Amino acid sequence: MMMFVQFFQRAVMQGIPLLFGATGEILTEKSGHLNLGIPGIMYVGAISGVIGSFFYESSVGAANINPFLAVLIPLLTSILGSLIMGLIYCFLTVTLRANQNVTGLALTTFGTGFGNFFGGSLIKISGSDMPAITLSATSKCFKTSLPFADSLGVIGKLFFSYSFLVYVAIIVAIISSYVLNHTRTGLHLRAVGENPATADAAGINVNRYKYVTTCLGSIIAGLGGLYYVMDYASGIWSNGGFGDRGWLAVAIVIFALWRPNWAIPASILFGGLFIIYNYISIPGLGAEQMELFKMLPYLVTLIVLIIISMREKRESQPPQALGLSYFREDR
Amino acid sequence: MLGFHVVKRKNMDWWKAWLIRGASIILGAAVCAVVIVFLTGKDPLDVFETMVDGAFGTERRIWALLQGIAMLLCISLAVTPAFKMKFWNIGAEGQALMGGLASAACMMFIKDALPNWLLIFVMVVTSMLAGAIWGVIPAFFKARWGTNETLFTLMMNYIAMQIVSVFISIFATGGSGKIDVLNASTKLGWMPSVGGQAYLLNVVIVLVLTVIMYVYLKYSKQGYEISVVGESENTAKYIGINVKKVIIRTMLISGLLCGLAGFLLVSGADHTIARETVGGRGFTAIMVSWLAKFNPIFMVLTSFLLVFFEKGAIQISQICGLNASFSDIIVGIIIFFIIGSEFFINYEIKKNAKEGGSK
Repeated sequence: MMMFVQFFQRAVMQGIPLLFGATGEILTEKSGHLNLGIPGIMYVGAISGVIGSFFYESSVGAANINPFLAVLIPLLTSILGSLIMGLIYCFLTVTLRANQNVTGLALTTFGTGFGNFFGGSLIKISGSDMPAITLSATSKCFKTSLPFADSLGVIGKLFFSYSFLVYVAIIVAIISSYVLNHTRTGLHLRAVGENPATADAAGINVNRYKYVTTCLGSIIAGLGGLYYVMDYASGIWSNGGFGDRGWLAVAIVIFALWRPNWAIPASILFGGLFIIYNYISIPGLGAEQMELFKMLPYLVTLIVLIIISMREKRESQPPQALGLSYFREDR
Repeated sequence: MLGFHVVKRKNMDWWKAWLIRGASIILGAAVCAVVIVFLTGKDPLDVFETMVDGAFGTERRIWALLQGIAMLLCISLAVTPAFKMKFWNIGAEGQALMGGLASAACMMFIKDALPNWLLIFVMVVTSMLAGAIWGVIPAFFKARWGTNETLFTLMMNYIAMQIVSVFISIFATGGSGKIDVLNASTKLGWMPSVGGQAYLLNVVIVLVLTVIMYVYLKYSKQGYEISVVGESENTAKYIGINVKKVIIRTMLISGLLCGLAGFLLVSGADHTIARETVGGRGFTAIMVSWLAKFNPIFMVLTSFLLVFFEKGAIQISQICGLNASFSDIIVGIIIFFIIGSEFFINYEIKKNAKEGGSK
């Protein structure tokens, strides 16, 4: 039982960066833009938070930081970083109507490079005397969990023992889901993603919807990076540590059939699949073969992708205009 | 309202288009220079000199540059037929990796059971097959059920990487967690070096491929079919092209070439296999191919450009003690500018006529 509780907690912590990324990508894809820059944006979200917190910590000293500011500053710098990435993507694909796949991949190259570069060179550039980027004090502020979690036993451990960004991720996913399916804004957004020409004819400002959702999606995805470095990695930046999580988030979008609320259990499931090889042992399989389990998330996604294309159910298809840029005079 | 509107251009002279692209590269390089100066505090001309030195400074560096171009170009050639067909294969990374894995496996298990020339031949064949299998699977589903190929091939990349991880963890040398250089003493399965240059054969093979691909796309019937399917699937169906067949056949070619690239990487350069053997070239190749407008000859130019900036930026980061990922930032900025410049080639901005017009 204790092992399951621990496994579930780790799965949630693995899943939350994916959930942020997936929610952001779902919003973006609903506006008809396949943003393959999400992995890069998540890197930038992470490193921007690190940069903000690094300068704050080194200016006042790790011992006497203000917990409120220690959370607020990285949060703002992270949002700013992802927003700029989102704006670059929007400007190129919406205003200049560039190819989305190429732009997205370039954004990922740039973003991961940006993250690893500043992760590896921040100390040298700022001339600081810290040996490595360890923002343990800031991380502690980010990790503050609900005080009553411990007194609630197993239930408390399973559901209430996390830091605030975990709940932010879940709330954002639920709100996105609600807005998409139950509000006029959501209806307009879906119309833009399915058929921008029709949406345009109905008087919807297509470009504004695309800009706002893509930038919002980038910000949300960037928070996933921030959560990863500040909470999961305890404020210690290591180059490449974030790994392929960004692509895993793109996989979840498919697995959850473009529904943010379904992305919540999907992310936790994928988080679990990611670490399950630590927890189970199958007789006859050594540690080497257990590596195969890391393949599961991708394999499962592939199967889902194939099944939805075979069944042709309208509710579970990708947005129809996904990947196509819209030019009013093209009709 | 705004004082201008955007219209599609009919056709721009090719030299004007390349003038715009050239200008965008210069503009991008200028932005990079600002970034570099800001980060290192060096004189921009100095920086440029360092970059040239990093790319061409010594004979060794020139060969490394050529090898880098050849490998990137090879994968770019591989993805091009599929892109021309508007089949967004972003799985070149996985396809090449599977090819490399097949090569490495042959080097490990066949060793001296076959004469060396036969071993290399077997490696080529198995690598190309492995790449082809990895490419045809998504094509089959696309042709049969219209499964989204971008997402499909993306997932296939990570499945391939995981297979390589498993392979490595089973056969890792000692507890190092990676596979050492294979057949280091016997050099079995190593690409022979011609005239003392280890990379010469690689470069020549890729150059020959470039010409073949150019002819194939431009003058063959299959190449024509590819461009018709890419322009409009309905037109293709109407004039009697079997679209499904073309999709699968084209991805077969793509996969075969990616597999070959994997072979060249393993047999001709690394002599081992790792998750990073392809090193993101599968993704960069997409940009190379697209920037060159799917023209194999121009691709030589675009892959040179990207590899040059990469090598140059690595040199700068080494000299200034900065992280080598610096090159990704520089390459990213350059690509942003080239992508953006396409707009000014395809569209033109016109001033609105005065409200009401003249009477």
